[in-house]
Amino acid sequence: MAAMTMIEKILARAAGKSVVRPGDIVVCKPDIVVGLDLPISTEGAWHRPKKVFDPEKVVLVFDHSIPAPTIQDASGMIEGRRFAREFGLKHFFDVGQHGICHVILAENGLARPGELLVCADSHTCASGALNCAGRGAGLMDTLQAMTKGVIWYPVSPSVRYEFEGTLPMHVSGKDVFFHIAQEFGGHSNTSVEFGGPGLLNLSMSDRRTIATMCAEISAEFALFEYDAITAQYLEGRLDRPAQPVAPDAGADYAEVRRIDLSSLEPYVVMPDAVPNNAKRVSDFHDTVPIQQAFIGSCANGKIEDLRIAADVVRGKKVAPGVRFIVTPGSQAVYLQAIQEGIVETLIKAGAVVTNSTCGACFGGHMGVMAAGENCITASTRNFKGRMGSAEAKIYMGSPATVAASALAGVITDPRRVMH
Amino acid sequence: MAVIVEGRVWKFGDNINTDLIYPNTAFRTPEREQHRLTFSSNRPGWVDLVREGDLIVGGKNFGMGSGRPSGKQLSECGIRAVVAETLNGLCLRNCVVAGLPATQCLGVGDLFEEGDIGRFNYTTGLITNVTRGRSLQGEALAPLLLETIEAGGVLPMLVREGYVEAVAFVAAST
Repeated sequence: MAAMTMIEKILARAAGKSVVRPGDIVVCKPDIVVGLDLPISTEGAWHRPKKVFDPEKVVLVFDHSIPAPTIQDASGMIEGRRFAREFGLKHFFDVGQHGICHVILAENGLARPGELLVCADSHTCASGALNCAGRGAGLMDTLQAMTKGVIWYPVSPSVRYEFEGTLPMHVSGKDVFFHIAQEFGGHSNTSVEFGGPGLLNLSMSDRRTIATMCAEISAEFALFEYDAITAQYLEGRLDRPAQPVAPDAGADYAEVRRIDLSSLEPYVVMPDAVPNNAKRVSDFHDTVPIQQAFIGSCANGKIEDLRIAADVVRGKKVAPGVRFIVTPGSQAVYLQAIQEGIVETLIKAGAVVTNSTCGACFGGHMGVMAAGENCITASTRNFKGRMGSAEAKIYMGSPATVAASALAGVITDPRRVMH
Repeated sequence: MAVIVEGRVWKFGDNINTDLIYPNTAFRTPEREQHRLTFSSNRPGWVDLVREGDLIVGGKNFGMGSGRPSGKQLSECGIRAVVAETLNGLCLRNCVVAGLPATQCLGVGDLFEEGDIGRFNYTTGLITNVTRGRSLQGEALAPLLLETIEAGGVLPMLVREGYVEAVAFVAAST
């Protein structure tokens, strides 16, 4: 048997083949297909399915615009409910059970190790943290997967990242990703694989942030090796035994790169693009006043991100003129944040804790930016116009950097706030 | 049958992302008007200049970002083919499923000046500047992708095979 990378193994199994190779186009049977509210409410994006390939494997999550900020979104969700009811979908996350789909899928054990997950959202690579293959599909691709039960993928070469060491204090998974994006730029038509001896020092929260953010370097799939930390996270969540994949010895990589976690520091990403657009915070000498600081999204709406935010602002006050918006990634995260006292700490500091939704990250609602404003965000992307006006500037940082900046009113090194 | 497209070239730089192609305001815009928002942040007025049959030459990471229907949006503007230095994989998918041929070709940015006539052969990957008489070898598309493009994209196939309704659902906005 020829040696394969992790993504080659998952695609081979899903395509019913013994071996796949970079350059192949494979037609796969998805293990799970996920629909969202936004493609239903957007005109021209939803053609009502006449059948679904398997109601146990088609999931519907309301996440982008909930509760509905417009009549159009409200009408779209009526259609979503009709669809879920008509086809008897086993997994439907309506308002009340909701959250950002990638968070919901992880929490509910629907992103399963070794499986293939299809969803039209570009951050579907988030599932890679759990050793589950996912990458953003097109809206019509997803409709095809949902109804016909097939989807094609090009098999791409993989770059392997080998982690070593342990992250310093106040440096997190977001900074690991920024380091990769800064040093190695775009990864178009390449999958990435994460492993190495330092993996055991990276929490599941950090892994989920890194995997999610790989959409921003245009990676195809982003897969973490399965280990004890993965098993621990998934305990009690899966409805069937995990079938993780590991890379074969001798698997062929486009490149193997080593990352010494202990050498990293916080980064700030400049507006408009992510690859090759970051500065180490110690090299960032600009004074950038901010009007908004945001922590949320599929990348940073986890309980661990909210804990960091609370730790930074505890007993302090958000700077005058700054809106500090924190959006939990799911109802479960929100509830836990209440139980741990995080919500109280944040509100006492002057933050706004919103309902869990994609919200401000995609400029949909709950924190839209006006022209001339600056935002520092721990969310997924910083494109011109992403969070509202094309004349707003979006800088990116880790949750610690964002929270520290909210206190200072200017973009700030979290290590200067936390001693 | 080979997929070959010839037309006038528009050039774009690196990191053209999906928010530039399909701004978030498009989500709540009627379908027939969504394409009017294309490149409104980075190249206002372009939608009035582009003509049916034009082509796009992009830089690195063309189409990076979200799952927004970038291929359909560019098609609605009249664009009939895309070649970029490097093409985001999700953008490639979104072009192919919309029946818009797209591929990547290193060096394509230097091969063209804006307004040149290009001939892009997706079956062989040969990218030609007809105006200046020079060519570069880009990536050919796999047969499955060429077949999807020739069929006009995924939607007509799903409709023909009885999987989805032909007419798009419209969520009431009033």
